[in-house]
Amino acid sequence: MTLTFEDFPVGRLGTFGPRHVSREEILEFAGEYDPQPMHLDEEAASKTMLKGLSGSGWHLCAVMMRMMFDGFIGRAASLGSPGVNELKWVAPLRPGDDITLDVDVTEARISRSRPETGIVTFKGVARNAAGQVLCEMTSPIIISRRESAS
Amino acid sequence: MLFFEDIAIGRRREVGSFTFTADEIKRFARKYDPQRFHLSEEEGRKSLFGGLAASGWHVASVCMKLMVTSMQRLAREAVARGETVVAGGPSPGFRDLRWIKPVMAGDTISFVSEVAGLRASASRPEWGIVEIRNTGTNQRGEVVFSFLGAGFVPRRDPPRAEVTQ
Repeated sequence: MTLTFEDFPVGRLGTFGPRHVSREEILEFAGEYDPQPMHLDEEAASKTMLKGLSGSGWHLCAVMMRMMFDGFIGRAASLGSPGVNELKWVAPLRPGDDITLDVDVTEARISRSRPETGIVTFKGVARNAAGQVLCEMTSPIIISRRESAS
Repeated sequence: MLFFEDIAIGRRREVGSFTFTADEIKRFARKYDPQRFHLSEEEGRKSLFGGLAASGWHVASVCMKLMVTSMQRLAREAVARGETVVAGGPSPGFRDLRWIKPVMAGDTISFVSEVAGLRASASRPEWGIVEIRNTGTNQRGEVVFSFLGAGFVPRRDPPRAEVTQ
C-alpha cells in the first residue's frame, strides 16, 4: 500500500539499515565525485585532519538517501524534495562501516500552495556500528495526501 | 588553496559545467536514489518534473566533483608558478541546500562558488571556517541549485593556542 502524508505523523518513524559501505565503494564514489586524497589514498589521508581514509560526505548523503528510499520513500507517494535545511558531517565515514539511520518526523503540514500535498520534514541521524553519530540531516519531502494519491 | 587570511568575502569563481545525460542520471539513481522519475523517461513525464530528472544528490555530487577538480587545477598552476600551496581541510556540513528547479536529461549546469562568510573555528584554533554559496545555473540561465557549504581552511597565523598541560 502506498504511504501518504497521513502516514507520517510527528515522532519516530523508524530505524533503517544496517547498510554496509565497503572500501571499494568509497574509492569508487570518491574517484568519480570527490577525488580528494583524504578519500582516495591511505597514506595521504593519514596526514589529514580525519587521520585515515574516509568516504566523501556526499557519498554518505547518497547512502542515507538510498536507505530512506528502501525504508519508506520507495513506498510513499513522494513528489520530491525542495532541499535540505541543514546537514552536519559529525564524524568520518570509514571503510567497512555498517550504517544505521534513525528517522524522525519533526514537522508535517499541508502545503498552502498545493493543498492536495503535504510537506513532511524528516530528521535523519546516521550512526556507525559503534553508535557514533556520523551525520545529521534535516530535509522536507513533498508527499501526496491520501485522497489525491493514485 | 589559500590560507584563511588570504580569502575575501565576495570572491567569486566559476568552477565548471557538466551535461547530465539520461544514462548518467539513471546510473546514479539505480545506486542511490531509485525513485521512478529518476529512472525512466515515461515515469518522469507523469511526475511533477515533466521528464527524466536527475537526483538532487547527483546534482550535488557533480557540483562537488567540479569544485574539487577546479581547486586541484588552480593548485597545480600555483605550484608551477613556484607558489606555496596549502591543503584545505574537510567540511563540517552545509545548510540551506535548495533544489530550485529540476535538472533534466540533456541539461548543462554551470556552477559558481562565492565566498559568503569567514569565521574562526572555536574548537580548532589552527583552522578557520569559510562559508561558500555554491550555485548551479542551467543553459537557459535559470538557477536550479544552491547551497551554503562550510569548509575548514588552515590559518597562516593561528591565535596562540591555550596551553592545557
